[in-house]
Amino acid sequence: MNHSQPFVRTQMLEAKEPPLAEKGVVKWMRENLFSSWLNAFLTIVSILLIYWVLDHLLPWMLGGIWNADSLSQCREIRDSLYPDGRDVACWAVLSDRWHQLLFGFYPPELYWRPILTLVMFGAAISPILFNGVPRKLFILTAIAPFAAFWLLWGGSVWMPVVVALGFVIGWAVMKFASMPLGSLVATILTILLPVAYWLFLAGPLAGALDAAVPVGIEAVQTDDFGGFMLALVIGVSGIVLSLPLGIVLALGRQSDLFIINKCSVAFIEIIRGVPLIVWLFTASLLLNYFLPPGVQFDIMLRVIIMVTLFSSAYIAEVVRGGLAALPRGQYEGADSLGLNYWQSMQLIILPQALKISIPGIVSTFIGLFKDTTLVVFIGLLDPIGLSNSIRASTDWNGIYWELFIFIGLCFWIFCFSMSRYSQWLERKLHTGHR
Amino acid sequence: MKKSVLLGTLAVAGLAAGVASASTLEEVQARGALNCGVTTGLVGFAAPDANGEWDGFDVGVCRAVAAAVLGDPSAVNFVPTTGQTRFTALASGEIDMLARNTTWTFSRDVDLRFEFTGVNYYDGQGFMVPRELGVSSAMELDGATVCIQTGTTTELNLADFFASNNMSYEPVPIETNAEAQQQYLAGACDVYTTDASGLAATRATFEDPTAHVILPEIISKEPLGPLVRHGDNEWGDIVRWTLNALIAAEELGITSANVAELAAGTNNPEINRMLGSEGDLGGMMGLSSDWAVNAISAGGNYGELFERNIGENTPIGLARGLNAQWTDGGLLYSPPFR
Repeated sequence: MNHSQPFVRTQMLEAKEPPLAEKGVVKWMRENLFSSWLNAFLTIVSILLIYWVLDHLLPWMLGGIWNADSLSQCREIRDSLYPDGRDVACWAVLSDRWHQLLFGFYPPELYWRPILTLVMFGAAISPILFNGVPRKLFILTAIAPFAAFWLLWGGSVWMPVVVALGFVIGWAVMKFASMPLGSLVATILTILLPVAYWLFLAGPLAGALDAAVPVGIEAVQTDDFGGFMLALVIGVSGIVLSLPLGIVLALGRQSDLFIINKCSVAFIEIIRGVPLIVWLFTASLLLNYFLPPGVQFDIMLRVIIMVTLFSSAYIAEVVRGGLAALPRGQYEGADSLGLNYWQSMQLIILPQALKISIPGIVSTFIGLFKDTTLVVFIGLLDPIGLSNSIRASTDWNGIYWELFIFIGLCFWIFCFSMSRYSQWLERKLHTGHR
Repeated sequence: MKKSVLLGTLAVAGLAAGVASASTLEEVQARGALNCGVTTGLVGFAAPDANGEWDGFDVGVCRAVAAAVLGDPSAVNFVPTTGQTRFTALASGEIDMLARNTTWTFSRDVDLRFEFTGVNYYDGQGFMVPRELGVSSAMELDGATVCIQTGTTTELNLADFFASNNMSYEPVPIETNAEAQQQYLAGACDVYTTDASGLAATRATFEDPTAHVILPEIISKEPLGPLVRHGDNEWGDIVRWTLNALIAAEELGITSANVAELAAGTNNPEINRMLGSEGDLGGMMGLSSDWAVNAISAGGNYGELFERNIGENTPIGLARGLNAQWTDGGLLYSPPFR
């Protein structure tokens, strides 16, 4: 009975190396690329296809010519460089005209102004986008829209200052009038006073201030805006303005108040039911007939308004989806705490609803930004419109893909970074409801 | 009550509109700049250069009118218009004149209520085919695939031409000229048809222009010219006679080089009348007496504009053809300055 020796291992064995086929690159390839005969076949076909595309594309792109004055000169250089008759890109059109694709006809000595505006915009939205940024930057956020307008269009500094003063008036009324006058009167005054101020007082006041203390920078006409600057100004204004409007519309559509509800529904359905291009034509053509001759209503402003209305209708529906996804208990919980409507929306409902809606909102924004290229049909020179104008010069007539590749790349960079930001935000806000 | 207030507001707005519409000349002079509608880009006719300066044959007409009215050829706001927006922009007053290679047709003149002030380029629709097809006449194009820009008169002309000759074709609709070039070179269509000037400009950009032929048939009349709104005949006269001054200047031998010298007075009474040293033609139109001198100094006479922008020494290389002076067998014929 003592042939069975008790054995207790006191030490763990060293783990053995996995077999060669079960580790590292080989394992990954076996699992992901060659797990069956069909997959192996598809992998090889795909690799061949990618190779074929790159083989045709890369020499064309990398061998491209950067220094030439015209397409014909490009071709001469190419023929002397590559006597074998291969085709290469003529990037020279970009080195000749990149500034037009980016800035349109904005005066070159003033390029610092749109660039500064972009930097300022980045700083101004950073406290909204990221947590770690000092809260004091919100002051810049409030100033930024007016400063951006002044930097881009130039002219007297007093106009944006005087317009901004209207918002200060509204804020002051809201803050100090609700106690003595009651909230309904205060709300009405908050809207009426600034509007009356803008309509009747702002113009003369700006004129008087400008006459007294003329401070200003060189004015730039809207005609000179073009290229990506135009796309960005329209896109960013549309994005910034359409989000609050969209949220208000979504709340309006959820509202129990009959008139507000029906107005919101009608607005959303009408705006969303008609293609953007129709709204743009309305902005550029129809409005002109209604306005008395001689009244100049800036075409870019008209386009920004239309784009904003269009995308706010979409945002409203996206946000409504977020509102509908919240359990009823959240609304009831807010009520049971004794919060009024605005407090419950602000503190409980919207933070959750907006978090759910982030992917939808960002994809609406990306769509809006890309839709700015539609302004080419009403004669504004966005990047696509400028590519036509550039081709219309005798130097570059006949060039095609190079311009589109550049434009596509720029759009992709903007849209991809928006998409990455939204994914980061989703992860950050993912407080766990599963 | 509410309704009547609304109507009253509208009526006041309409009244204000009526008061506000001064004559186009006064508006332009008050603004200090001419709003001129051009294309968003057409080789040789209108295109911005690397510095954003517009240049081209149609642009030259805008600059001449600005120089005649304001004395400054650079006092022009160029408003790029598309095929869809051009007529509305003019009708609504966003632009003062349109110089956008627009064909003078009955319906545009009468139905759309515009006034064509002359013809600055006599064009016509033609065909381009690859030489290797061995086609030498448009009559041999039965069954061909044709690249055609949509929404233009060329589309209608093409249908008329093939129908009247009992031939069939397959249209390949395209949006822009640049797209047409790509499609045609890629072999998506056998034939590309557009205005002959456009064909020449397109062919000049090809790697091997000699591999493509422009067929001799011209299947339509396309008189292209500047136009203004109906209803302001004084303004129409200014644009018309500025164009006529450019044409007559070539006939009379006035160029941008010698116009200053000739303006001092010559022994040719018509030159004297036109350049303002005799009579007061400018005053009759509400312009200064040196209006024609300014217009011609802006970019030269008609021939100079032609040679610099689309003539035989440019890559586009158009011959004068129909656009020669009537004395050289062309159609350019300015009424007398008297």
